Amino acid sequence: MDQAILKVDNLTKVFSRKGKPDFTAVDHISFTMHPGECVGLIGESGSGKTTVVNMITRLLDPTEGSIILGGEDITRFSGRELRKVYARMQMVFQTPTDSFDPRCTLGDGIGESLRNNGWSRKETKDEVTRLLEMCGLSADFASRYPHQVSGGQCQRAAIARALAIKPRLLICDEATSSLDVTIQKEIIALLNKLRWEKGSDLSILFICHDIALVQQFCNRVLVLYKGKIVEQGEPDEVIRNPQDPYTRHLIDSIL
Amino acid sequence: MAEILKYEHVDISYNGERVIKDVSFTVNEGEILGIAGESGSGKSTLIKAAMGLLGPTGLVTRGDIWYKGRNLPDLSAREIRKLNGPELGMIFQYAGSSFCPIRTVGAQLYESMTEHESVSRPIFQTRAVELLQKIGFENGQRILDSFPFELSGGMQQRVGIAAAMLLNPGILLADEPTSALDVSVQKQVVEEMLLVRKTFGTAIVLVTHNIGVISAMADRVLVMRNGEMVEQGETRQVLEDPKEEYTRTLMSSVPRLRR
Repeated sequence: MDQAILKVDNLTKVFSRKGKPDFTAVDHISFTMHPGECVGLIGESGSGKTTVVNMITRLLDPTEGSIILGGEDITRFSGRELRKVYARMQMVFQTPTDSFDPRCTLGDGIGESLRNNGWSRKETKDEVTRLLEMCGLSADFASRYPHQVSGGQCQRAAIARALAIKPRLLICDEATSSLDVTIQKEIIALLNKLRWEKGSDLSILFICHDIALVQQFCNRVLVLYKGKIVEQGEPDEVIRNPQDPYTRHLIDSIL
Repeated sequence: MAEILKYEHVDISYNGERVIKDVSFTVNEGEILGIAGESGSGKSTLIKAAMGLLGPTGLVTRGDIWYKGRNLPDLSAREIRKLNGPELGMIFQYAGSSFCPIRTVGAQLYESMTEHESVSRPIFQTRAVELLQKIGFENGQRILDSFPFELSGGMQQRVGIAAAMLLNPGILLADEPTSALDVSVQKQVVEEMLLVRKTFGTAIVLVTHNIGVISAMADRVLVMRNGEMVEQGETRQVLEDPKEEYTRTLMSSVPRLRR
């Protein structure tokens, strides 16, 4: 139980550009996530939220530091090893429609990870139906294409796809930011339901710029500013009693 | 207070399909009206109709849009072009991308101004710098000499407000003016727009899905759903004590900060 699901240590990303000074997007950040925990990462655009996520998911190579997923250092993994990592860690992206292949049905997209792991066609089909129902969609959505469903439905399908392989860590990068508030509420309710059902088997790293939403949904919040974690703690505590001037400014800006 | 803009039973169709159904509202001088609703509810279409920006497939099929005694959908393209700018100003969601990227801000503002009135460059310079300072830029001249891409998103949006305000329009139509901005920048832009109303007495129609922005700015609010009006009234009354079921759902979906 006590073993951290994710441990990020001194993670740094420096972008070097020709003829211009180096730009440090993420500056020596460290944090730990425990099983079943839901951690919110907030900050304004350009603060490095997405760079952090891209490094954790190994879409971007860190300049310095290490990423330890379930006790295993994945910082330098590649190829076959890295593919195995994605059985334990999955992502939900900001624009649901763009994250599906437009020429494949939602069912193909959701079942792909299962097929790649040796599931038969029949088993995959049954599992996809189960996943869709778990995420509040009927089985016939499996045969639809991404452009034939609404943004909210597509994001539900994206969550179903992320959960197919039963990851222990789900990373939501602005997963509700492009959706209407009413749909956002539904997606949050779905994530809450999943968290409740799976208990300590599912941890969520929730990247968001809406502090109010993080307060509703997360156990812990990290405030990122100019690539550094300036404050962290329980959302209620951070919001009522911000210690860092930037956090205070951010909270005061909310209308 | 006199009415400045009045929609009467307006229907709008795209390719023969009715997307706005029987919408009526009025905006008084110096008033801020917020239009709220989900995406696809027809908020933007509604204000584009006033500017004649519906495109080749869009058409006001029924009803009138009155601006100072003139029915906007009946005007010719030439007449509407004369009104857009000095009478009806518009702020777009991505002000940065509504500018030409390879010309300076100053050159573009000058062009938009000379289109409607004859003004010499020095007079333009003083007026523009003055206006930019009024909406919170310390060094207006530097902004005029910059290219749009050299400015941050929030600065671009404020330059967009300046571009619309330069001709001192009677009414400002703002289509999601803060939706692409961070909360801290959003607050700045909201304050600039309130300042514009205070200094110039400009009426504003504010289209946004952000209820926070509406509660901070609007005097009255109109809630739209699927092209139909759901509810209309004083901002506080609609936000705190909504009459319609849908408004209630919409309000309860907005995450609120507990502090």
